[in-house]
Amino acid sequence: MTTTSVPSSESWLEVAPLQARDALLGLLPESLHWIASSVLAIAVLVGAFGLMFAYLTLAERKLLGRIQNRPGPNRTGWAGLLQPFADAVKALTKEDIVPRDADKVLHALAPVSLVALSLIGLAVIPFGRHLVAIELDAAVLYFFAAGAATELSIFMAGWASRNKYSLLAAMRALAQLISYEVPLLLSVVPVVLVAGTLSTTAIVAAQGGWAAGFWPHWHVLTPWGFSAFCLFMIAALAESNRSPFDLPEAESELIAGHLTEYSGFKYALFFMAEYFGMAALSAMAVTLFLGGWQAPLGWLEVLPSYVWFAAKLLALLAGFIWIRATFPRLRIDQLTRLAWKFLVPMALLNLANAAFWSLTAGWSGPLQAVRWAVSLAAVVVPFLLLSRSLFSGLGPRVYRYAPS
Amino acid sequence: MSPLHLCLLLSTVLFCIGLAAVLVRTSAILVLLGVELMLNAANLNFIAFWRYGPGGDDTGVIFVLFSIAVAAAEAAVGLALVIALHRHRRTIALKAANQLRG
Amino acid sequence: MSLAFLALALVCVVTASAAMISRNLIHSALLLVLTWIGLAGLYLWAGADFVGFSQAIVYVGGVSMVVLFAVLLTRRQRDEPLVLIPEAGVGRVVAGLAATFWVAALLVPAMVVAPLVQRAGPGPTLTVKRIGELLAGPHLVAVLVVGVILTVSLIGALYLAAPVTAEDQPEWDNGGTGRDRGNQEEPS
Repeated sequence: MTTTSVPSSESWLEVAPLQARDALLGLLPESLHWIASSVLAIAVLVGAFGLMFAYLTLAERKLLGRIQNRPGPNRTGWAGLLQPFADAVKALTKEDIVPRDADKVLHALAPVSLVALSLIGLAVIPFGRHLVAIELDAAVLYFFAAGAATELSIFMAGWASRNKYSLLAAMRALAQLISYEVPLLLSVVPVVLVAGTLSTTAIVAAQGGWAAGFWPHWHVLTPWGFSAFCLFMIAALAESNRSPFDLPEAESELIAGHLTEYSGFKYALFFMAEYFGMAALSAMAVTLFLGGWQAPLGWLEVLPSYVWFAAKLLALLAGFIWIRATFPRLRIDQLTRLAWKFLVPMALLNLANAAFWSLTAGWSGPLQAVRWAVSLAAVVVPFLLLSRSLFSGLGPRVYRYAPS
Repeated sequence: MSPLHLCLLLSTVLFCIGLAAVLVRTSAILVLLGVELMLNAANLNFIAFWRYGPGGDDTGVIFVLFSIAVAAAEAAVGLALVIALHRHRRTIALKAANQLRG
Repeated sequence: MSLAFLALALVCVVTASAAMISRNLIHSALLLVLTWIGLAGLYLWAGADFVGFSQAIVYVGGVSMVVLFAVLLTRRQRDEPLVLIPEAGVGRVVAGLAATFWVAALLVPAMVVAPLVQRAGPGPTLTVKRIGELLAGPHLVAVLVVGVILTVSLIGALYLAAPVTAEDQPEWDNGGTGRDRGNQEEPS
């Protein structure tokens, strides 16, 4: 990690990770420090997110179970806590089946590249006050450039399997991911506009402090920011192929979509990549909209910054699981219509709204109320109009029954 | 050989690979990809001159940004043409595109 | 000259040649994606971070998708996932390669002997803020023109690729209303 000097004047919990790193680096000769610190950062990231992935699968199954009024896995270990490891052993020992006609190289390359690509975005996320693997001037751009290639892996998986359902899934995945890349990026632009930077650390720093002592300067707590956050999360759901946008692997239509011809550890890799992608996008949402590692209130800063980041991240991930349990899957035409007729215009209007917000930053007193009212209206009115036009002409479905 | 010369040589090689694809291959999509590769080779030249050139201005980088944007538009239109060709002729061989009227 | 440059250059040249030789269109497209990633790496190596990431987003995330989609939409048979291109005639290959070698023979010697003025020392730094100022300042008109070009080309691409007659329309497409075609009025 980049910062090498340990700042004083902060609680020991805040600097504990830095001190641990410096202690580890101290064991090595000076000439190896640059590579050792990179390897250490990678190891910590992969380790932490790997463990989180393991328990996220368990949390998902438990939560889904709870929502569907059943206990969920509870046999392995105490209350099912060892279930992820049992699953891992099962996935590792299963036979790895490759279809005879498959494109062998691409078939094997797809899961590996997918996991790798969904992990590298994490490098620019500031997990704590001093915890960012690489600090980049164009970090937000890097994140989306890294994520842009994941679609290709899904396509590779679907195409290389030589299976008609896999191919259909690949085409669906392409259509879906192209459509949702646009609102995803457009919903980020207002944040960049207001913060005036593409660096993630600077964006988090811009969200520090409190208005009137209790209202954090998080972007989600402004009208344009809330709108952008919702758009970002909807697009993130679609980008990570999660329900209700899990059309590429819709099991009721396409068997398992691009995963049909995968088994054993390769299947587990896809599963892992889905959670990594979800976690990376959630971490980006926390960074851009939820104030990153900032504590919600001043006196709550006794807890170290990375704890706040983890709390926000886990809350968003729980939201993902909740949504999966709640909403039915969309149809492909509904999916693309939602993207192009609702999300994209909303995101564009929101951009103008954010421009207004940053132009009126100097307003105070009663003008502040005007600013909030105008910005709120610029969110609510387009929302009502667009959502009405989204369903216009669709009317209530007419059902015809056989005469009785 | 200096770094700038090496960069230019690399971009020449890439340009020639693209050119060969445009001239030799029969598939319209591959020809388009060849054109994209040639554009990319030109972009590499801009970056190389920005990095090693004597001038102190950043127009080269800006030009590459514009070039990338226009190349994206070109790819979209080109592939739409390929799809239209396939609809009329059921093939994407360039030989099939020999009529002006649809 | 760093090792990184040579490695990236090798990746670019090898993948680009393989892409242009391959008979499988999907392989060509995917190999060319690797070339684009290699080029993005070269831009990063040269210090143009913003351009490198833009290249990755636009080419790897955008253009490659459109190419792959076009490949899949223009298969000869609907249920044939293999996409092979017919071989070109010998005359075409010979003429094309001859023309290419002629161009290379003109360019390479001229390039090798050219006395290029070069900057010594580290390369220039260009922050994202500076790029933004340049784009919104002296190059504002160009930005607007590019915006217009992108919009026009998008509409044009839509017009070109959209089905024009009823038989071009795939069976499953019923105008996006979600209703069965049987419920609609038959066109006279």
